[in-house]
Amino acid sequence: MTSTAEPEVGRARLRKEDARLITGRTRWTDNMSLPGMVHLAVLRSTEAHAKIVSIDTSAAKEMPGVIAVLTGDDLDPGGQLGMPCAWPISPDMKSPRRPVLAQGQVNFAGEGVAVVVARSAAEAEDALASIDVEYDELPVVLGMENALAEDAPLVHEELGTNRNALWVFDSGEAGSGGDVEQAISEAEVVVKRRFRQQRLVPAFMEPRSCVVDPTAAQLTMWSATQVPHILKTMAALTLGIPEHKLRVIAPDVGGGFGGKIAVLPEEIMALLVAQKLGKPVKWTESRSESMVAAHHGRDQIQDLTIAARRDGTVTGLKVELLADMGAYLGLVGPGVPILGAFMFNAIYKIPAYHFACTNVFTNTTLTDAYRGAGRPEATFGIERIMDELAAELGMEPLELREKNWIKHEEFPYTTVSTLTYDSGNYEAATEKAKQLFDYDGLRREQRERRERGDPVQLGIGISTFTEMCGLAPSRVLGSLDYGAGGWEHSAIRMLPTGKVEVITGSSAHGQGHETAWSQIVSDQLGIPFEDIEVLHGDTQSSHKGLDTYGSRSLAVGGIAVVKAAEKVVAKAKPLAAHMMECSEDDLEFAGGKFTVRGTDKSTTIQDVAFAAFMAHDLPEGMEPSLDAEAVFDPENFSFPHGTHLCAAEVDTETGRVALRSYVCVDDVGSVVNPLIVEGQIHGGLAQGIAQALFEEAVHDESGTLTSGTFADYLLPSAADLPSFTTDRTETPSTTNPLGVKGVGEAGTIASTPAVVNAVIDAVRHFGVNDIEMPLTPMRVWQAIRTGASAAGGPGAEAGGGLGSIDSAQGGAR
Amino acid sequence: MRITVTVDGTSYTDDVEPRTLLVHHLRERLGKVGTVVGCDTSNCGACTVHLDGHSVKSCSVLAVQADGCEVTTVEGLARDGTLHPVQQAFHDNHALQCGFCTPGMIMQSIDLLADNPDPDEQAVREGIEGNLCRCTGYQNIVRAVQDAAHHMRPGAGPEAERVAGVDQATGSRAASSVGGGGE
Ligand code: FES
Ligand code: FES
Repeated sequence: MTSTAEPEVGRARLRKEDARLITGRTRWTDNMSLPGMVHLAVLRSTEAHAKIVSIDTSAAKEMPGVIAVLTGDDLDPGGQLGMPCAWPISPDMKSPRRPVLAQGQVNFAGEGVAVVVARSAAEAEDALASIDVEYDELPVVLGMENALAEDAPLVHEELGTNRNALWVFDSGEAGSGGDVEQAISEAEVVVKRRFRQQRLVPAFMEPRSCVVDPTAAQLTMWSATQVPHILKTMAALTLGIPEHKLRVIAPDVGGGFGGKIAVLPEEIMALLVAQKLGKPVKWTESRSESMVAAHHGRDQIQDLTIAARRDGTVTGLKVELLADMGAYLGLVGPGVPILGAFMFNAIYKIPAYHFACTNVFTNTTLTDAYRGAGRPEATFGIERIMDELAAELGMEPLELREKNWIKHEEFPYTTVSTLTYDSGNYEAATEKAKQLFDYDGLRREQRERRERGDPVQLGIGISTFTEMCGLAPSRVLGSLDYGAGGWEHSAIRMLPTGKVEVITGSSAHGQGHETAWSQIVSDQLGIPFEDIEVLHGDTQSSHKGLDTYGSRSLAVGGIAVVKAAEKVVAKAKPLAAHMMECSEDDLEFAGGKFTVRGTDKSTTIQDVAFAAFMAHDLPEGMEPSLDAEAVFDPENFSFPHGTHLCAAEVDTETGRVALRSYVCVDDVGSVVNPLIVEGQIHGGLAQGIAQALFEEAVHDESGTLTSGTFADYLLPSAADLPSFTTDRTETPSTTNPLGVKGVGEAGTIASTPAVVNAVIDAVRHFGVNDIEMPLTPMRVWQAIRTGASAAGGPGAEAGGGLGSIDSAQGGAR
Repeated sequence: MRITVTVDGTSYTDDVEPRTLLVHHLRERLGKVGTVVGCDTSNCGACTVHLDGHSVKSCSVLAVQADGCEVTTVEGLARDGTLHPVQQAFHDNHALQCGFCTPGMIMQSIDLLADNPDPDEQAVREGIEGNLCRCTGYQNIVRAVQDAAHHMRPGAGPEAERVAGVDQATGSRAASSVGGGGE
């Protein structure tokens, strides 16, 4: 008997998570309060590069409520501890030790120098001002090309260079394509461009926070982290804490966007201080602190050379990158640009490809993953230069793309960068987007406005993209020297009363896993959506996992859930047969029922679970449990794709950009919950558009972050963004049983070049072929006037400098 | 200083330091941790509550300034297990992801609807301009506020709800201090 109930997968279920979030019944880390808890506040360096001559903590120790003031030498007298970097991209990569608190030298403004422990957070913060640090300034290294110059001062003297690593892929050498130099020399058309990926601040809304309780049975740490499992293992390794004595909990965690993928010096500090004092400790950062001390994202200089024939056939692509690591290496920082190495060729059939990335140290906050991590940079580079090539050839930019992209009948397709795209249909997504956008109508209007010299010009920006996500097949990560696998774990507990607990190693922080996983399990086991509880983010209940980043939760963690459910059914089947006195072979399972084929005799999986619990009458040799767990390691990445179209109106008299229309058609494969997918796309678009138009982390020549508050760093508000038209095509992934692909990063990856292409398209007739991001009115106006792309020119002075940076914690001077 | 503040219908008397911010008083002294802190420059709106019926960023108000006032936080909106129409609309329209901005967004949206019961899209966008969200791209928040407006149209609920709120909470609260706000 087949259940006629509507499948849960595919339904726009309202989220389970909302009930507590809309009523304020939340468990943010900073909400935690434990008996006897003390508070940490970190004094941060005001210098970007200096020797520490002395740190005088004596006055601070006398301040009210202060329990201790500790320096790096107090916490780590031998100078042995180093924050972990889990992605050594090359055997000779240069890795400076990153101490928990600076020892002897500070290397970026905002680096921790001392920590105050006090009875209240306010008293801890008060005492910071009484710590006296004497610095001996060193020359500040800013800008990647400056850092690489012959006689540049060194960020880390002991490394002998500011070059962190060089990573190269060459299709000629790999045998996956031709020689790019030959392609360039034989090309009928060559276009070269330099693009700049400005530095961004992830700017998650919930500041980072951790609480450590050393009085619990296990040393317990709550943290506002995306990666509780990784944090647990890394903290154990870093501090030599026996791993089984440590428990990490990610309670309610606010959106992270890669910004919470780090293992923090403050987390390590909290573990050390808590153990030292035998008291629970809490650290919560201020926003000013977060801006300088939490890792930044992007920050690349991209030199692209594309070779083509006059008819538009692309014959080669050469990519040379500089990537700013900041002063130290983050957990996966050095590998972020490498994730882009496989994506510059994007959806196109490019016969020859060369990628080289030089990672560089500067005296700035370290960079690491930020939504998309490497892939937005790559997509920006290729989609911008496709527009430039189209302009050079006098070709319609969509036609140029179509001429080069992989046709739907060519899948699976192995690219020049050696990835095998399992499925896709670029024609379908593009056609749908064109219809929704009224592409032809807007092109017509653009022509008319141009002809009549309208002061407000219209531009149309295109971004056709794909991404590798669902990180990842463990063997591929191994071949890239990544310090972990890419599997995910799930377990299902069949409770005696017919309810179900689902355990997942994915660690949701806004993605809606509780809802989506419930939908998946509901379909797999035929258990009502409401009867399912999803447990995550606590290494005691979900002991095994690799957490949430890289759009991997559904495509890897969700599949682990499916595999665990399949095991539950397999375990239940012999018992069901035993209960109904039939052969297993006669049973079919659907809609939560085992039915004897050809009869109306059936039993529900809940009844079977109860029978297993009672265990009075089990088949010979059966263990009394239906519980099962599974670990899933994908065989391939997943490859969402889509076509994004942006219409921008540019006021040529003021440089102001207004987004008139934004249409995207994404193909993220099969969809578990369309509501959640749409929300992910919206949020992603907002972040990508913000990179194009608003956001930039700016340092002054002394290395002080001048955009270090929300007054100075231009996070878009509702009034700064348009409504988006989002739609989907569905080409299921062929590499997992749900056909899903992942959606967390798609919007961010695709939208930035769509917006920039639109603005350039609006003003290209003024001789403009690039404007550096963010495209502030000043930069756009300047470009229209002079044709200059405004490299470091006007517009870089983001924010007004309200004098509002907190000098103790904000790293300002 | 000794202050008395009524928060979500309960009156609390405490000695506070003159410099204590209302948001810290709510979170640290009164355990009202549903209201959160997202910045230190009064830009994010995460801490928004109602003070005598009007939305304020509780990080920009001193606790002593709230002496004798009524504060409504996101924790005090639901009545007898029934969500405020704005809370319900946030759920119905998937207007939150991580939910960190949500308490402030909801409080600000209620204030906005009190001033303008039928805002168009632009009015909503401008009305919540002081509240930042990093997850949603705002589109569903805007939709939720307009949806709530629809449900709160005169006769459809807000008046009735306010009255119910008064009876249920303290019996003495000014109508304007509960979700829905003043005129
Ligand atoms: S915490 Fe009050 S506005 Fe940000
Ligand atoms: S829902 Fe996460 S910040 Fe708004």
